[in-house]
Amino acid sequence: MASIELRSVGKRFGSHEVVRRVDLLVEDREFVAFVGPSGSGKSTLLRMIAGLETVSEGEILIDGQSVARVPPAKRGLAMVFQSYAIYPHMTAAENMSFSLRLAGVPKAERDAKVREVARALEMEALLERKPRALSGGQLQRVALGRAMVRQPKAFLLDEPLSNLDAALQAQMRLELVRLHRELKTTMIYVTHDQTEAMTMADRIVVLNEGRVEQAGTPLELYNRPASLFVAGFIGAPKMNFLPAQGAEGRTLGVRPEHVRIGEGGELAGEIVALERLGARTYVHARLTDGTRLVAEAAGDTGVREGDRLAFRILPEGRHWFDGSGRRVT
Amino acid sequence: MRTKWALAAAGWMAAGAMFFPLLWMFLTSFKTEITAVATPPALIFKPTLDNYAAVLERADYAQFAANSVVVALGSTLLALAVAIPAAYSMAFFPTRRTRGVLLWMLSTKMLPAVGVLVPIFLLWRRFGLLDTRIGLVLINSASVLPIVVWMLFSYFREVPREILEACRMDGATPREELFHVLLPLSKPGITATALLSIILCWNEAFWSLNLTTVRAATLTVFTASFSSPEGLFWAKLSAASTLATAPILIFGWISQRQFARGLSFGAVK
Repeated sequence: MASIELRSVGKRFGSHEVVRRVDLLVEDREFVAFVGPSGSGKSTLLRMIAGLETVSEGEILIDGQSVARVPPAKRGLAMVFQSYAIYPHMTAAENMSFSLRLAGVPKAERDAKVREVARALEMEALLERKPRALSGGQLQRVALGRAMVRQPKAFLLDEPLSNLDAALQAQMRLELVRLHRELKTTMIYVTHDQTEAMTMADRIVVLNEGRVEQAGTPLELYNRPASLFVAGFIGAPKMNFLPAQGAEGRTLGVRPEHVRIGEGGELAGEIVALERLGARTYVHARLTDGTRLVAEAAGDTGVREGDRLAFRILPEGRHWFDGSGRRVT
Repeated sequence: MRTKWALAAAGWMAAGAMFFPLLWMFLTSFKTEITAVATPPALIFKPTLDNYAAVLERADYAQFAANSVVVALGSTLLALAVAIPAAYSMAFFPTRRTRGVLLWMLSTKMLPAVGVLVPIFLLWRRFGLLDTRIGLVLINSASVLPIVVWMLFSYFREVPREILEACRMDGATPREELFHVLLPLSKPGITATALLSIILCWNEAFWSLNLTTVRAATLTVFTASFSSPEGLFWAKLSAASTLATAPILIFGWISQRQFARGLSFGAVK
């Protein structure tokens, strides 16, 4: 049970402002992802919630209580680090039970807890191994287990999947979602990978240069991006941006799936590259004014590189942004 | 392939150059005083134990050796006890001045010890520390402290910050963090530092000669006493030197694996 509230939280390193006036309420049991490019302040924000970094401005409340004077361990949060930060001189089981040992929990009780968590993570066979004898994915499980053993009010995860290979990442994404459902706890997940955020989070907070650009459900962000930055960051392949005709300074954004090929379209261009994924094909074109455009076509289209085609933009797929990059409704 | 041979040859030559004086000392200790000074040097001779008998008869070797052991270990333990918290705070809570403090500490090693001999002597006399093991332990640990702090600082810096943060999240106090995580993790580094400090303290002669006479005198004083006053007796001096260096040589030989592991600790991680 934990809600986490940020009230105009800021962080300064010397004269450098890394986080600027962030207001946010993470509800109890919510799975929130902080996404943004590197340097956007997402990790710093997480570390401030954890208590590993001091807060320069504003305050952080956990369950309505300010935690300004509460040390990391007393906040009831558990963190999973990008490097896993497993204690190399302890076995997996010792790693997992370390916090309980520090808290003076009797050995029998500790062992029972560790076994229970290990069962949930399907890693009982690894308990007696030292970290050096574990693979990246297994270390990841130990790190998750160590966090779960403490039965924290909330989990803070700092790019936990970025050191895993693609197949394992996909598997762990599903597993994290399952864990979130089973544990019924708040989770804050930091990532630079919008796919991770889209597939797992209840709500996504997009950060850019220390500010919240937009916060909302994955589909809200996808369907109604509040700014050019969010529009470009969420969704793969990226949204196309075209200088708007007639409206000075405005930009028209359109996702590849809302571009149709060769049906009496208003735009003309030459095919420069094709990405054939089987179920669909991404058609990369250079328009007559030089702008690049990516269109999604179902299945395998008959088009070839060098073909000159017409493109049509579906009316429902048009996003307008003004000169400052804000959405125009 | 050729550079590999050249490197091996250079290595052997360097090792030989360093080892030769020890070997010569060892051989001389088994010669009579006459053969010891013979020119050209005698390579074939009838070994004798007379020098060892004479040396051991004249001085109580066991007492000197015991002093050396107590002083070397004591100084090292004291230096570690002071240096571990110092290096911990400098490695993990650095300030703008940390770098400067470290350099300043190291710069004290550039000061010739004789420069502070008089003040130290007067202080030691005032506090009744002259010719005591405690007195030697204090001055020796102070003199190895900069090197010990510097080495520990470099080892601690190799420990990933996230591991200590994980430790803090797990609820460890700074003390628990130190004893449960940092020290076990940097054990190879701490061992190498301790070994180096023991060797430095064992070989220390300046302060032992100046601050002790009989009761707390170490093996360096024992050796020096054979270079005076009746002129030089090379064979007996060699026997005394062999007795003084043998323990630390054997110790170094036994611990060389830990030592090498500790010195390459950062590189292999």
